[in-house]
Amino acid sequence: MRTPGSFSDRLTATGTANALELRGLSRSFGALVALEDVSLTLRPGERRAVLGSNGAGKTTLFNCITGDHAPSAGSIRFFGEDITGFPTHERIRRGLRRTYQISLLFTDLSVRDNVYIACRGVLRSRFSALRPGRNETVMASTEALVRLVHLETVIDTRVSELAYGEQRQLELAMALAGAPRLLLLDEPAAGLSPTERGELVEILAALPDHLGFVIIEHDMDVALRVAGFVTMLHNGRIFREGTPSEIENDPDVQALYLGGPDG
Amino acid sequence: MASIADTAAAPSWYARIPLAWWITGLVLLFMPAFAGEFVLYQIFGWTFILGMIALSLMFLAGYGGMVSLAQMSIAGFAGYMVAIFGDSAITDISQGWPWYVTIPLALVLAVLFATVTGWLAVRTEGIYTIMITLAIASAFFYFTRQNYTIFNGFSGFNGVLPPQLFGVDWRHPVAFYYLTLFWAAFWFLATLYVSRAPMGLALQGVRDNPRRMAALGYNVTAHRVAAYAVAALPAGIGGILLTWQSAQISPGTAGIGPAIDILVIAVIGGLRHPAGAFIGAFVYVILKTFALDILVVLGFDGERFNLLVGLGFLAVVFWSSDGILGLWSRWRTSWGRDRLRFPGRRTP
Repeated sequence: MRTPGSFSDRLTATGTANALELRGLSRSFGALVALEDVSLTLRPGERRAVLGSNGAGKTTLFNCITGDHAPSAGSIRFFGEDITGFPTHERIRRGLRRTYQISLLFTDLSVRDNVYIACRGVLRSRFSALRPGRNETVMASTEALVRLVHLETVIDTRVSELAYGEQRQLELAMALAGAPRLLLLDEPAAGLSPTERGELVEILAALPDHLGFVIIEHDMDVALRVAGFVTMLHNGRIFREGTPSEIENDPDVQALYLGGPDG
Repeated sequence: MASIADTAAAPSWYARIPLAWWITGLVLLFMPAFAGEFVLYQIFGWTFILGMIALSLMFLAGYGGMVSLAQMSIAGFAGYMVAIFGDSAITDISQGWPWYVTIPLALVLAVLFATVTGWLAVRTEGIYTIMITLAIASAFFYFTRQNYTIFNGFSGFNGVLPPQLFGVDWRHPVAFYYLTLFWAAFWFLATLYVSRAPMGLALQGVRDNPRRMAALGYNVTAHRVAAYAVAALPAGIGGILLTWQSAQISPGTAGIGPAIDILVIAVIGGLRHPAGAFIGAFVYVILKTFALDILVVLGFDGERFNLLVGLGFLAVVFWSSDGILGLWSRWRTSWGRDRLRFPGRRTP
């Protein structure tokens, strides 16, 4: 499982299992219940938006899926495999990827090095004490990823000198390293200008069809353009699930979220 | 931090080495032509040895963000292993095995010791890492002092000599100088090299952002433990050379005092670059060797040489959080700066 194979190899290896299957997932912090009995199923290649107001439990949901938090109850299956007790790095090596709401990048390093570290992380040679050669395949895939998110002009720039929008693009490139099978995107459009949002939607739409993702997004416009199905969280529970138009037209959702005082 | 691009774009590697480095290298290479035996053996031999042990701390603390006080114990452990498995005046304990068995064995055991230390220490952060490694260092000190069957207790081992390899007496000042210079240069360059290889880059990533590294597929704990294991090699070789230099190893060699000295050396020199370890070691050795004379000249008790070491440490830490290397780079920056520009601005 560790060797990065093509997506279709892995799919046949895991049969027709769901990409992600959450069963009764709960997480509380002391008395605060952040997630309660969340069950969710994602088919391979499915693109799902998770909506909800602040404190609805969206980021906690991601943290439980990636293993940053252990769930208080419930189970997580990733392509048929129960990963509930796995440490984060083992989940990542199986093809799970995420971006962060607040960019977690290596600001002292160049764009190239950041993506390079990400590419190495999912390889066996991540411990290597030997420097990479000029023609190494990892270097090539690093550059390909940088091109994919349109950062080739700043490839050797230090991350601390990048514009905010470029840092968000770099986050995405790092999440695409190796052979991703499912992306968790935590508000990738937050803080972006309208033009940058447009570019982000383009990048997401251009991802290969078999690569599914879950996107947390406050911007309904972005979320509804890239996702085919919407899960709405409220106070740590699933409030509604449906197609974008069903969600948009649901009176309860409108009352709670879309038609709320801050629109 | 160094960049992968450095290696990818390298025009000609020797053209990028600053002039000052060439001069330092040449001076060190031809030192025996103009320096006396005391300078070669006591000043530089000792500087290179302490520098290697401090380098192992610099690797962990500078790149990995893990301040370990156990590096001197690991060095002392390797020295003990050479004395126990090789030759010493304590023939009851020493096994008298040949050097090509004892030295690799000593290093392997030192790596094991460091791995166990690291495995315990990496579960903690910051001050707790310092505490746990200090606990290991003091446990090692008291154990060696009280155990007579293996470590020969308080007196330790004397008569631990290097092998007569290639017909050279390696304790002769010139030979010992080149022996220590070789290993110091080797570990210095190796550290620079590894810092830009995946292992070093990932270690710096783990230091800056462990959570992100885990989310990129890195096993943060394993990587930290691996850093301890790797850092045991320069420390172990330093420890063996230290044992040969004084021909003896005893609990005092790797006591709490020496453990803290290594920390002082690394911090005085600067933790950002491997050169800091050797600069710090040089300053420490000079102070330790000549402070006594200076104090006597000034009319103080010569026993108080630690006062000068302490004051020097305070001064460096007070004016530069990044040791002598930090002072140097700031001086160079201010020298090269256009004085018409806004003075308070620091160049990145």
